[in-house]
Amino acid sequence: MSLTSDHVKRVAKLARLGLTDAETAEILAQLNSILNLVDQMQQIDTKNVMPLAHPLELKQTLRADAVTEMDQREKFQNTAPQVNAGLYLVPRVVE
Amino acid sequence: MYEAVIGLEVHVQLSTNSKIFSGSSTAFGAEPNTQASLIDLGMPGVLPVPNAKVFEMAIKFGLAIDAKIEQESIFDRKNYFYPDLPKGYQISQFEKPIVGPGRVTIMLDNGTTKTINITRAHLEEDAGKSVHDVFDGMTGIDLNRAGTPLLEIVSEPELRSAKEAVAYLKVIHSIIRYLDISDGNMAEGSMRCDCNVSIQPKGSDVLGTRTEIKNVNSFRFVEKAIDTEIHRQIEILEDGGRVVQETRLYDPDKDETRPMRSKEEANDYRYFPDPDLLPVVLDSSFIEACNASLPELPATRRARYIAEYGITEYDAGVLVADRDLADYFAEVANISGEGKLAANWVMGSVLAELNQTSKSIIEFPVSAKQLSDLVSRIKDNTLNSKTAKTVFDALLTSDGEVDTIIEQEGLVQMTDTSAIETIVDEVISENSTQATNYRAAPADKRPKMLGFFVGQVMKKSQGKANPQAVNQILASKLAD
Repeated sequence: MSLTSDHVKRVAKLARLGLTDAETAEILAQLNSILNLVDQMQQIDTKNVMPLAHPLELKQTLRADAVTEMDQREKFQNTAPQVNAGLYLVPRVVE
Repeated sequence: MYEAVIGLEVHVQLSTNSKIFSGSSTAFGAEPNTQASLIDLGMPGVLPVPNAKVFEMAIKFGLAIDAKIEQESIFDRKNYFYPDLPKGYQISQFEKPIVGPGRVTIMLDNGTTKTINITRAHLEEDAGKSVHDVFDGMTGIDLNRAGTPLLEIVSEPELRSAKEAVAYLKVIHSIIRYLDISDGNMAEGSMRCDCNVSIQPKGSDVLGTRTEIKNVNSFRFVEKAIDTEIHRQIEILEDGGRVVQETRLYDPDKDETRPMRSKEEANDYRYFPDPDLLPVVLDSSFIEACNASLPELPATRRARYIAEYGITEYDAGVLVADRDLADYFAEVANISGEGKLAANWVMGSVLAELNQTSKSIIEFPVSAKQLSDLVSRIKDNTLNSKTAKTVFDALLTSDGEVDTIIEQEGLVQMTDTSAIETIVDEVISENSTQATNYRAAPADKRPKMLGFFVGQVMKKSQGKANPQAVNQILASKLAD
């Protein structure tokens, strides 16, 4: 499988990345070379290999249901571009 | 003729103390962003650690719907951009959810039952809240809710009407309340429902194009939203048009659905396993412990109430739907030893009062002990239905003993035959014209005319005479 520049533009849009035409061409070539590698891997017979959800073959540890975090709003909001009445402000998202 | 095909996705907020991946509190109503930690804010360099309690709750739900519990489940990233989702993805379960296929039974209006299959139930995190329309040109973000654990329950598209959808939703609500894994409060958003609706010609097996109505927040609105959407789709097809697959919102004020704009533009979530989280592998002993702690569930309790208290299937269904109401009824029935009378009172006066005052049984002023005393006094003929209602109304506003109220209000039922006879004689002589008319009337007209006399006697006895005795004595005296 190989990608077209339309694919790259669509993925960039989904990821909210603005690419110039030159960047699109460059990334297209890079992504296609990665996909070539994937194509090579597809050749390997994995019939008897269990699917892997994580490269580390470990189990997730869980924590007890306890409140351990304190309120640090003031500290966090010091670095926010804009806050008001305790809310983080962002450019309006609905018309 | 068309047939509707409906599937529901129900989001249930799990009532844990802390969030699904962080130690922040989930308490409702806190100041904005005071319960949003670095993990909830999506800051780099921190790692999510799952809360064991959410697995316990999900497994209990799975066991309650007779589902396959997956010992190994995986968290995936669901990618989309919206300011109330700071990481740019929601951690959810896609390929390997904790709860596999299960089923519930719903009761239909005609008294029959129907099995609805549940595809899966998976764990995920909630997003924050956006505040529009307050700040000029800006949106305010409160991330207290971000990371609150959700269980998303997905049904197969096996529901055929809005009524069936509501019946299904009520069963789910009842189960989560019995399991005490969520407060299930739809008005506060602890239980939310997305409805997938399509229509097809009756008998056809070609599925129509479906639309999804997002975030409906009451049982009544679910019914209205689905009905409205079915009609809209029928009209489109009748006019020769095509239903467009899209996400819509229900507007209760206008009773219409309309397409949702903004974030749904590119519905491409690019799920992939979250590298920050390892596969969760649960021991059989963990699942066994969940099983051992399961409470009696609504269906079992319904069968038990029918057998133990001799009440009808319908009554039992209404009573067990709400766990607290079921407990209340059982207490009344156990203390008084009168299952049927207790059921009549709980389903009649008690439910009417709860509906009228929009209260839950927990806040109800009449205790189960008080109501059972009342029921006992009806059973032993101290009270008739009229005086019992007077005592009940008194219990609603004051906190007295039933027997004290009966005494104070002089409500003891008159069962002394001679006393009733005296009143009957008085009434007959005071209403001689009516008495003459009664005696002249044909036998089939008489029962209706007797009502007048019964009313007069009850009035004269201030409602205390035993109505059965009054009827008997009147009928025999007037027959002379």
